[in-house]
Amino acid sequence: MTALRLTDLTVRHHGPRGPVAAVDGVSLEIPPGTTLGLVGESGSGKSSLARAIVGLTPVHGGRVLLDGREVRARTVGDRRRLGRLVQIVLQDPDTALDPRMTVRQTLVEAATVFHRLDRPARAERVGDLLELVGLNPRFADRLPRQLSGGQRQRVAVARALAVEPGLLIADEITSALDVSVQASVLNTIRDLQQRLGLSMLFIGHNLPAVCYVSDAVAVMRHGRIVETAPTEALLRDPRHPYTRTLLASVPSLRTSLPGERPS
Amino acid sequence: MSLPIRYPRSPMAWAAAAMLASLVVLALAGPLLWGAAADRPDPTAVLQGPSAAHPFGTDSLGRDVLDRVLTATRPSLLLALAAVLLGATGGILLGASTAVVGRRTRRLLAGLINLLLAFPALLVAMFLAVVFGAGAGGAMLALAVSSVPGFARLAQTLAAAVAGTDHLASARVLGLRRHRLLWRHVLPNIAEPLLLSTTTAAGTALVALAGLSFLGLGVQPPGYDWGQLLNQGLDRIYAEPLPALAPGLAVLYAAVAFQLLGEVLAGGVARRSPAPRTPAAPASTSGPAAAGLVLQVEDLTVELPTPDGVIRPVRGVSLSLRPGEIVGLVGESGSGKSLTALAVADLLPDRARISRRTHRLLGADLAAMTPKERERHLATGLAMIFQNPASALNPSLRIATQLTETVRTHRGASRAQALAEASDALRRVALPPAVLRARPHQLSGGQRQRVMIAAGLMVRPRLIIADEPTTALDVTVQRQITRLLSEIRRDTSAAVLFISHDVALVGEFCDRVLVMYAGTIVESLPADRLPTGTRHPYTRALVASVPDLTADRDRPLPTVEGALPEPLAPAPGCPFEPRCPRRRDHCAEEAPPLEDLDAVHRVACWYPVAAEVFAS
Repeated sequence: MTALRLTDLTVRHHGPRGPVAAVDGVSLEIPPGTTLGLVGESGSGKSSLARAIVGLTPVHGGRVLLDGREVRARTVGDRRRLGRLVQIVLQDPDTALDPRMTVRQTLVEAATVFHRLDRPARAERVGDLLELVGLNPRFADRLPRQLSGGQRQRVAVARALAVEPGLLIADEITSALDVSVQASVLNTIRDLQQRLGLSMLFIGHNLPAVCYVSDAVAVMRHGRIVETAPTEALLRDPRHPYTRTLLASVPSLRTSLPGERPS
Repeated sequence: MSLPIRYPRSPMAWAAAAMLASLVVLALAGPLLWGAAADRPDPTAVLQGPSAAHPFGTDSLGRDVLDRVLTATRPSLLLALAAVLLGATGGILLGASTAVVGRRTRRLLAGLINLLLAFPALLVAMFLAVVFGAGAGGAMLALAVSSVPGFARLAQTLAAAVAGTDHLASARVLGLRRHRLLWRHVLPNIAEPLLLSTTTAAGTALVALAGLSFLGLGVQPPGYDWGQLLNQGLDRIYAEPLPALAPGLAVLYAAVAFQLLGEVLAGGVARRSPAPRTPAAPASTSGPAAAGLVLQVEDLTVELPTPDGVIRPVRGVSLSLRPGEIVGLVGESGSGKSLTALAVADLLPDRARISRRTHRLLGADLAAMTPKERERHLATGLAMIFQNPASALNPSLRIATQLTETVRTHRGASRAQALAEASDALRRVALPPAVLRARPHQLSGGQRQRVMIAAGLMVRPRLIIADEPTTALDVTVQRQITRLLSEIRRDTSAAVLFISHDVALVGEFCDRVLVMYAGTIVESLPADRLPTGTRHPYTRALVASVPDLTADRDRPLPTVEGALPEPLAPAPGCPFEPRCPRRRDHCAEEAPPLEDLDAVHRVACWYPVAAEVFAS
């Protein structure tokens, strides 16, 4: 369990007309063992924020604090210290895994970054990790192209969990998946939260999916957080007009029949 | 590494293999067989022309030129290969390392590679050969160094593609060390193209080394390689061309062998998925026309040849649309919904084979038309809107040109008239006429999709097919686009076929919904029955798996276990049978037909789920 605190975080990208602030003074807090959902439209800066936390994008201002300590990602040593605490799962199931490595090789590589494991221990660890994300152990010797999109994303989650991080960042991990597959990946995430007590930053543009797995939700627009509230409160009583627009735009099968739903 | 081992047995592949084998044999056996003869001076036969004893003449010490050329195969090839291997190793490591080093180092390395590329490789090689000292080793090193920038640039470009992938980002976050990133994650994924270009470069290096030796910068007497022999023969080329020709031919032969090998390897990689063309289906006559239908398709089947065999992603689909109707076609990836749409619009790839009993647009029989008539009828009656507006618009043309193209081609409208119509169409999609002068990159994703819809409206279509038009867009923009399509339907009474994987969106926005699974339509029902009135187990499971804003977070979401059936070997029974919680023996034996439950509801299931009155 790791607590994350961002204060006034700023990330700039080089645009055609000079630097553009992708993340513009964002402050956030994730208490240990809880999940914060981050929603917003494409280009709102969600992914830049996530990549800045794990050191894939340089931070131009503000601070990232993990368990109260400031983190940097200048050197490989910094990065390794950071990697023990935070791991990230990215969006694209097509490139999520090295196409030339089997599931077993991928997971063993991740599991042995910080720990030495002998041969039987490796096999056991791979089995445990696959079980954790709800995959059959016989998938261990498959190559990524022999897996479906949902299965690949689960392996990516297992790889991130292999180093036993305290905080997991999920950046749009279900966006490229079909709805029924999305449902099973979301179930896996819920299960992991309960079994491992992970802190999590769950990023997405699909509001119902984000709300389903999050204790609190932050709404991001043009690089800024416009509203943060516990999930129930945000759904019941959205304060910011943009949050209201977002909520009203979500297509829903059931809201078309209000009153028929038993409370 | 998975280089293709079994190449198509083309004549070129055989030629390359035979030439390469002959070179290897010569390099191994040449010095043993002819080495002694090649070094034996013969004062009685100095500077002779071709004769029976010396087919290519003799040199100034009376040594046989042919023997010397054959013996020189080994040093010539070894030097060239050594130069290429050294240069490639250095260049590839330099270029590929740009993917794993820090930002600042990467910029420095890229600058260095650019700087080195500015110097012509052969000039650098000559300069360095002088610096290193004339001799075989010096020339080889000089050539190796001069080929580094080229390899570095190629490796840098290839590695940049790997550097952008999610798996490399994840590997970085895991804290893997740089050398491991390079060896394990970058190099294996770029090895194939690099190997091909190294093979081709070997031929070039051979020629370059011969050139250096010819200039006196390479192998020094008494040693000799092909370039040296060429140099010695050149003095008397006008008197005796053959002694100079022999080493020249040898260089040419070896260089061509390597080039051919490179070509064959590259061709083998490119041809890995052969796509046999299928003959076009013969024109046939459709079934009887039903009155008042915009689109009438019956029993549509699409076959696609793949390297492993023919698959049928669409199997016996029937659909019909009335004017002013919005019909949703919903299914998951691999269900065949997009191919169905493409087949309706006659936009399938060439290798696909389509068959249908009826295919009528506005009552006209498309199946009986010639391809040209069909194209014209479709272009004026139907508009197609694709998922990705960024790639559906031509990035180099102004919006005005792209909007007016169709009407000017098909209706012969004048430029002014077409422009007036274009600004009308833009007004209808709530865009200002100023957009006409814009180019696609100046518009946002939502604006581009509006332009696509406006382009579709220009032909005043009776049917609009929208294939996942909002999937690439944000929810708020998605809402605007669906609202826009509703307005267009109301104003023009065009029919809309709306294809989507988002069952919630389809349920909210469409009048009627067709649910596709594994190439067949499994249920057809009014959209307002989706929440509670579905009868097919798959539709029910699909609807249940959509998370709701009010979903109970303590209960797992219902999912559909299992995977889509194997497309190559479809089972005879119901395609959903292996995943169906309600399956019985009969389901695996015979596929259920799509049958009427009532006037508006059809389902393809032997044991449909009981209708619910209230949501539970």
